[in-house]
Amino acid sequence: MAEKLYLYPLWLRVWHGINALLIIALIVTGISLQYSNTQFMIIPFDLSVSYHNISGIIVSVNYLLFFIANFISGNIRFYRISLKGLFQQLIRQSMYYLSGMFKGESSPYPVTADRKFNPLQKVAYIVVMYVFMPLVIISGIALLFPETIVPRVFGFSGIHLTALLHSAVGFGISLFLIIHVYISTTGKPISRNFKSIMTGWH
Amino acid sequence: MLMATEDNAIVSDGFEANKQCFDCHGQRFYSFENQNTGLIERKAMNPNYVYSQDAYYRGVHKNFACTDCHSPEYETWPHQAELRLEPMYTCLDCHGGDPTYEHLHFELLEEEFLKSVHAERIGDAFTCWKCHDPHSYKRMTTGEFRISEIVSYHNSTCMNCHSNNDHYQLFSDDIKPGLEKIHHFLPNFKLHFSAVRCIECHTSSADTLWVNHNILPKENAVKNCIECHSTSTILMASLYKYQNIEGRKERGFLNAVILNEAYVIGANRNEYLNLISIILFGLTLAGIIIHTIFRLMK
Repeated sequence: MAEKLYLYPLWLRVWHGINALLIIALIVTGISLQYSNTQFMIIPFDLSVSYHNISGIIVSVNYLLFFIANFISGNIRFYRISLKGLFQQLIRQSMYYLSGMFKGESSPYPVTADRKFNPLQKVAYIVVMYVFMPLVIISGIALLFPETIVPRVFGFSGIHLTALLHSAVGFGISLFLIIHVYISTTGKPISRNFKSIMTGWH
Repeated sequence: MLMATEDNAIVSDGFEANKQCFDCHGQRFYSFENQNTGLIERKAMNPNYVYSQDAYYRGVHKNFACTDCHSPEYETWPHQAELRLEPMYTCLDCHGGDPTYEHLHFELLEEEFLKSVHAERIGDAFTCWKCHDPHSYKRMTTGEFRISEIVSYHNSTCMNCHSNNDHYQLFSDDIKPGLEKIHHFLPNFKLHFSAVRCIECHTSSADTLWVNHNILPKENAVKNCIECHSTSTILMASLYKYQNIEGRKERGFLNAVILNEAYVIGANRNEYLNLISIILFGLTLAGIIIHTIFRLMK
């Protein structure tokens, strides 16, 4: 077995744990709000509003801390991406997930001390952490203070458009979470990646 | 003869006849010559008797002369003290049994009002005019106003007493607690108050009127969020009723009609986005299941 790498420092694990729990809370309460029904409610509407708001605020602060710590600690280097050859890299990694891994091939971009993420992970994490998260946080803060939202945009309610953006991006993050958890089970053994994010050692 | 004011609001014959009344009652201060002293005196008008001329000529009763409803004795000044005791008309005195106004269901309005907490607690002293000022009343449910304008106008009717102790105490010795305090359970109090009419929660929603007049005791007010925040939102039966009826004809699916006007969490659901999200969610799950099967078969 290869030498163990210490990939996930304590601050990252704490951030990841808090983020995971709160994102799940946000998804459950978000679904409860969006699909509220007089016959059946996952969580009562008023509680969903409170939980969603509180979780959203903590996730936002947590994100800000991650954003800063990612720069200060140098962890940002794992997110650096070069557009040159990226498409081929993505195809190669995709082919591994779609075919190679069933044939017992090894990962084309194995985890090393300098490469924590494969190209697909990099793109997904950049999109989620640096596009989706800011969008969902900014739209969420705007919905907390709706008086700050432009009332009419091209004839539509500004609040409605902001809410559409918030729920659409939230849905995108939900899909990411499902895939993220599933891909985490592709370690050998299945529990390997889950243990890594708990202990820090890969 | 119709004539136009400076800002082109069309006014009627009453304009000239009413001018004398508005000379004093249209402003906060009035002047007159004291017959005893010969001096020109300037006095403050009782604010309860100040009426905006502009609002009057934009209201539904703009075609009337003041003395159509008030005693002609008012044409002399100083007014006689006993004139203050003259009985006032109510809505039904003019509109009741009139086929011209049949579509406005005045009799039904009165029937609903008589069941209300206002009628029960205050009785006959609570006339139509306690809420609706005949000098400026506008019909907002004609389709020419935006929802936000309807909300603002109708809520100002309630606020006139319920957030103004001077008016509230015309009926009660109590001091009203602040509205924000009473409605502490509402997330984002300000947004609710600017986007929804008080009567959505404080009247029974089962009637067929444009505006229900059966104001319920506070214990019976809607407090359950999902009565508004769901696809079966009561707002569709009240606040958005006017647009809803037209919108359904044009667009044919639930809640599309409030797309352009407002956003109500749980009530506004875009069917196309719902479908897209279900498809994407289904594809993701299917992909994971197929991938898992291949991994197991390896």
